[in-house]
Amino acid sequence: MTIQFNNETFRDDYSFSNSDWAIKRFPFPFHEDSYMYSVNMEQHRGGPAGSVYEKRFDVDEHYVAEMRDRALVLADDPLRCQSLPHMTLAGWDLLELIMVSKSEDYPDLFELHRDGNRWRWVNKPMGIDDTFTFLDETTLPYGPMEYITRQAQGDFCVLDQRDDMLWMDAGMVTTQADWSLDFDIGMNFFEWHAPVPLAHEMGIFQRALKFLLNIQQGSPARRLNWTMTVNPLLDTSPENYHKWGIQKTSLTPENLGAKQHLRVELQTFFRLPRSNALVFPIRCYLCSFQDLMTMPKWGRRLHRVVRDLPEELATYKGFIDNRPMMLDYLSQYDDGLSTSRGIWPDLETEPPLQR
Amino acid sequence: MSKFQFPQSIKSRPVYGTLAPQPGKAHLMIADAEGAEALLDLAEQDSTIMAQAHIIFIPKGTDFSDKLRALSPAQFYEGPTYEASIQRIRHVLEHAHQGLQVYLAGTEGLMGQAQNEAMQAGIPHTSIQTEHRGSVARRMQCVHCKGITEDVLFDPFVCSHCGLNLFVRDHYSRRLAAYQGVCIDAEDPGNIPDPVELYS
Ligand code: HEM
Repeated sequence: MTIQFNNETFRDDYSFSNSDWAIKRFPFPFHEDSYMYSVNMEQHRGGPAGSVYEKRFDVDEHYVAEMRDRALVLADDPLRCQSLPHMTLAGWDLLELIMVSKSEDYPDLFELHRDGNRWRWVNKPMGIDDTFTFLDETTLPYGPMEYITRQAQGDFCVLDQRDDMLWMDAGMVTTQADWSLDFDIGMNFFEWHAPVPLAHEMGIFQRALKFLLNIQQGSPARRLNWTMTVNPLLDTSPENYHKWGIQKTSLTPENLGAKQHLRVELQTFFRLPRSNALVFPIRCYLCSFQDLMTMPKWGRRLHRVVRDLPEELATYKGFIDNRPMMLDYLSQYDDGLSTSRGIWPDLETEPPLQR
Repeated sequence: MSKFQFPQSIKSRPVYGTLAPQPGKAHLMIADAEGAEALLDLAEQDSTIMAQAHIIFIPKGTDFSDKLRALSPAQFYEGPTYEASIQRIRHVLEHAHQGLQVYLAGTEGLMGQAQNEAMQAGIPHTSIQTEHRGSVARRMQCVHCKGITEDVLFDPFVCSHCGLNLFVRDHYSRRLAAYQGVCIDAEDPGNIPDPVELYS
């Protein structure tokens, strides 16, 4: 299908919206009626047609607007994109991975023409047609990682692998759930995860790291993570928290359905060929509560998950103060019926709300 | 003087040890304030290393300099501030021969910054030791304006650059040698709790 790109904003007037198509394919992150941290990783080898799992790098109706928002963030704060000196080769690896994947998966939107090291890259939605020399930085307007991630939705962490450890040595981070690349750059896997509650004690990070160290080229993996965001704000950075934090207090019972968004990250993991680095794209999907409630199964389940979520997690995710108001809203969509397993909405088979 | 026992914390927070003499051709010792006492204890364990020792000491109002001088190190330098000593520290590290042992003692801010310099100069981390002594004040980075405020002893505190009221996190960056400070009244402007001394 051809994608109609939305003309929308993720700040100020927040004109962002999801089409019916985008709601139906939203990566609802709960496969059962409760949630706790786990090593929830699986192979990233496609998925149901039209789902966000289908392609290696999902492109949707928000693509052009998200790239515009990224450019605004970077103009304001160039430190959101950083790469330590030894990471340039990994940047070229990433550029190649994204260009090859997108041109193969979306031939009507992207083209890559290679003649030896002479490459021509055509990005139709963004109106880009550039010719450059692969592995020659002087032929691109930015470093290779910055160049390609200004044209790819989601944040990107590029991890160097050495001493049986992953090191956050490069990244493009403008749509983050309240963590700072500038602060975390250079840290190892356990250090950058330090603020996360409970998971260390559960042994989750030890097991996750072991899995990641063994990811092979051509066998990417994926997982979902989630949090809550008031207004469809992509840049929930700690850098700007003193500006956006106040928006969390703007919820009322009347506006909650429209303002409160479930924020889901589709996280994927790819081994890079030349550098042996690991790239970790973190793709952010936003959906308002009122749009989620159009899927009866999701309404029932979200209520139960939010209600029963351990206090530590609700605090860490930053919605402990708003939880009671969220539950008042969500409880209207929970009639107590059981729900089918798995994350898909099952609209045809799940009963409508019984009230 | 007894040493402060830091409570258990998160994984990014550094832990410090107790200085012990290591075999080596040269010994670089960098300390501030009560960190001098750790060097005095070190010399007591093995006074022979002092003949190859270079001590860089920032007194911060203490009077340990004479005691350190009395250890007869090969070189002794007293710096007015850490910043004033950096060029000298870099010079020593750049010209270090294989087998240099580095001993850092005193406040977290001093140890963190000097450790960075040593790592950047390629000193293996197995040759760098640290021991905390004296003030438990923290070197803080404001996550908003990126400015560093030194010697923060109270939580919350005012960023010395942008003036925001920040709370003190345990999340620590070795690259910045600083803890993270985050706006405390973002969700309730003007509601700033009374500052409480760290660990009190
Ligand atoms: C190498 C790739 C990864 C990177 C770069 C990464 C990065 C991060 C960062 C920066 C945070 C925020 C920490 C903070 O509060 O400052 C985070 C949170 C978290 N990460 Fe990772 N992570 C990676 C892989 C994983 C994997 C494989 C797991 C598997 C279980 C995982 C589990 C978590 C969890 C549970 C949280 C807390 C999220 C929440 O409750 O919202 N991470 N990660």
